[in-house]
Amino acid sequence: MSTGVTQTGGLVTELSGTGASAEPESTGPHWWQIIWASPKARAGTIILGIYILVALLAPVIAPYEGTRTDFEALLEPSPAHLLGTTTSGGDILSQLIWGSRVSLLVGLFGGLFATLIALLVGMVSGYFEGTWVDEGLSFLTNVALVVPILPLIITLMAYTETRSIWFTIFVITITSWAGAARAKRSQIITLRNRDYVTAARLAGDGTFTIIFREIMPSMTSLIMAGFFGAATGAVGAEAGLSFLGLGDTSSVSWGTMLYQANTQGALAQGLWIWLFVPGIVLAVLITAFTLVNFGIDLLSNPHLREDA
Amino acid sequence: MRYFLRRIGFFLATLWAAVTLNFIIPRLQPGDPAEIMYKKLAGKDAELDPAKIQALRVMLGDPAGASIWDQYWNYFGALGRGEFGVSYTYFPYDVTAVIGKALPWTVILVGITLILSFLIGTVLGAFAAWRRNSRFDSVVTLGSTFIGTLPAFWLALLILFLLGYVLGWFPTSGGYDSSMPGWNLDFIADAAYHSFLPAAVLMIVGPIGWILGMRNTMIMNLGEDYVRLARAKGVPDRQIALRYAARNALLPSVTGLALALGSLLGGQILIEQVFDYPGVGRLMGQAISNKDYPLLQALLLFTIVGVLLANLIADMIYGILDPRARKASS
Repeated sequence: MSTGVTQTGGLVTELSGTGASAEPESTGPHWWQIIWASPKARAGTIILGIYILVALLAPVIAPYEGTRTDFEALLEPSPAHLLGTTTSGGDILSQLIWGSRVSLLVGLFGGLFATLIALLVGMVSGYFEGTWVDEGLSFLTNVALVVPILPLIITLMAYTETRSIWFTIFVITITSWAGAARAKRSQIITLRNRDYVTAARLAGDGTFTIIFREIMPSMTSLIMAGFFGAATGAVGAEAGLSFLGLGDTSSVSWGTMLYQANTQGALAQGLWIWLFVPGIVLAVLITAFTLVNFGIDLLSNPHLREDA
Repeated sequence: MRYFLRRIGFFLATLWAAVTLNFIIPRLQPGDPAEIMYKKLAGKDAELDPAKIQALRVMLGDPAGASIWDQYWNYFGALGRGEFGVSYTYFPYDVTAVIGKALPWTVILVGITLILSFLIGTVLGAFAAWRRNSRFDSVVTLGSTFIGTLPAFWLALLILFLLGYVLGWFPTSGGYDSSMPGWNLDFIADAAYHSFLPAAVLMIVGPIGWILGMRNTMIMNLGEDYVRLARAKGVPDRQIALRYAARNALLPSVTGLALALGSLLGGQILIEQVFDYPGVGRLMGQAISNKDYPLLQALLLFTIVGVLLANLIADMIYGILDPRARKASS
C-alpha cells in the first residue's frame, strides 16, 4: 500500500466468492476471442500494442537519441522539439519515446522473473503441503511478504555505484514474488487431489512432471493474471526508484525524467509539459495492464463473462 | 495456544532473518566494507579518518578486523545496546537521535491520514458492496481503480505544482516556516498549513486499497449462507449489512490496518520527498543521496522491526477475533 501501486486485477465485480476458488478454465483456442469480446480488455490490448510498437520503433520515430543533452536548454515547443527541451538540454519527446523501452523492459522481465519464482516456490510448496519442504518454502514466502519492499529495494540499490536496468529488474524481482507465490500455493492445494493428478501419479509420472506438465496448464489464466499484476508493480517500482535518483545510470526512463524535472526546478519555472507527459504515459501504461487483467479475469471466471 | 506460539515463533525467526539481512547487505561488496564506504563518502584519495571509520565499524559490528562470526556476534551486541552508529549527514549526531527528530513528523502526518483513509475507505467499500452495481458503486469502484493507476508521487507533483506554485495557496516545501518548533498554537498552525498538501495527496490515494479490499470481502460475505439465512428469517436489510456482512468483512481490513500502521515507521518516502516534508521518508531520501549508510541501515532495520511487530499484533488480534484462525493451525 505504501508504494502507491494498487493491484486491481483480482477485483470481484459479480456475485459471491467465485473469484479465488473458481474452476480454472483451459485458455484453449478461444482465449483471444474472450478477451477481444470485452471492451475493457480490448482497449487495454490495443494501448499495450501501441506502447510495444513505440518501444520497438524508438530509433525510427524518435527525433533524437534519448540520452542526448546538447540542445539549447528550456526551448519552447517547436517543430524541431515538439515538446520542448529540459533544463539540461534534452529533447523531451525523444526522452519520452526512448523511456518506453525502459518501462516495458522492466515490466516484461520483472513480471516474468517474479512469476517464475512465484511458480516454482508456490507450486512446489503447495504440492508438498504439510511436509518440511512446504514449511521451509512457506516460511520464506511469509518473510518476503512482511518485509517492507520499498525501503529494502532502496537500500539494495543505494549500495551500487553503476546501476544497469538489469540490476533494477533483479532487485524488483527478488522483492516482489511472494504474494503471487502464496496465491499459487493455495490454488494448487485445491487441485492436487483431483483424479487426473492421482492418475498421473499411479501412471508413474515424476513429481515435477505432475506439477508442471499436468497441473500447471490448468492454472494458465491465474499465472497470466499474476504476470500482469507483477508487471504493473515492476513498472511502478522502477518509476519510483528512478524518481529517487536510483534508476539506470545510462538511459532515460519516465521516472528519471520526473526526477530531473523535480530537482531541476520544473515546478518553480512552470514547465508543466516536462512535469505532465512522463506521468501521463506511465499512468496510461498501468491502466492498460489493469484493463488487460480484466480480460484475464474473464478467462478464469465464467460468471463474469456472461454479464460482460 | 498453539496458534499464538507459532505466531511468536514466526516473529522471532523473521526478526532474526531481517537483522541478518541487514548485516549481510553492506558485506556483499568485495573488500573491507568500512573503508570502501569511507572512500565513497570522502573521495578516493581522502585521508582515512580513524574516528569515522570506527563509527562505520560500530555500525557494521566490526570493531577491529575480527572474523565474520565475531562481527556477527558484535553486531547483535551493538543492536542490543542501541548503538547504530553516527550519521554522516548530521555528523556528529547518532542516527537514533536523527531518526527520533524526524519520527514525530511522519507519525502525525502518516498516522492521521492513514486512520482517516481506513475509516473512509472501509465505509465507502462496504456501502459500494451493499449497493452493488448501483451508480454509487460504479463511481466509487471505477474512480478508485482509475486513481490507483496514477503514480502517487506524480499526483503529488501535479498537486504541488498547481496549488503550491501556480496558485500559491500553500507553501511548496518544508514542515514549518519561522516559528520555533514547540507545542504552541503558532507553531501547530504553521505545521498544519505546511502539512496540508502532503495530507491531501495521502487522503486521495490512501482510501483506494481499503475501498477495493472491503468491497471484495463484503461481496463475498453477502453471498454466504448465513446472510441468506438472515434474509430468509426476515432480518432488516440495514442490520444484515452492518451487523452481519460488514462485521465479518472487516476482519481482513483490521489486520491490514495493523500492518499499515507498522510500515508507517518507514514514512512515505516518495511523497515526503516531493513536498520536502521533514519526516522519516525524506530522511531516507537524504541518506540515499548522501550515501549515509549508517542512517540507511538503521532506517531499514527500524522499518522492518515496525512491520514485524505490527504483523505479530495483527496475527494476535486475528487469533482473538476469529476462532477459525486458531483452529486451523492446531
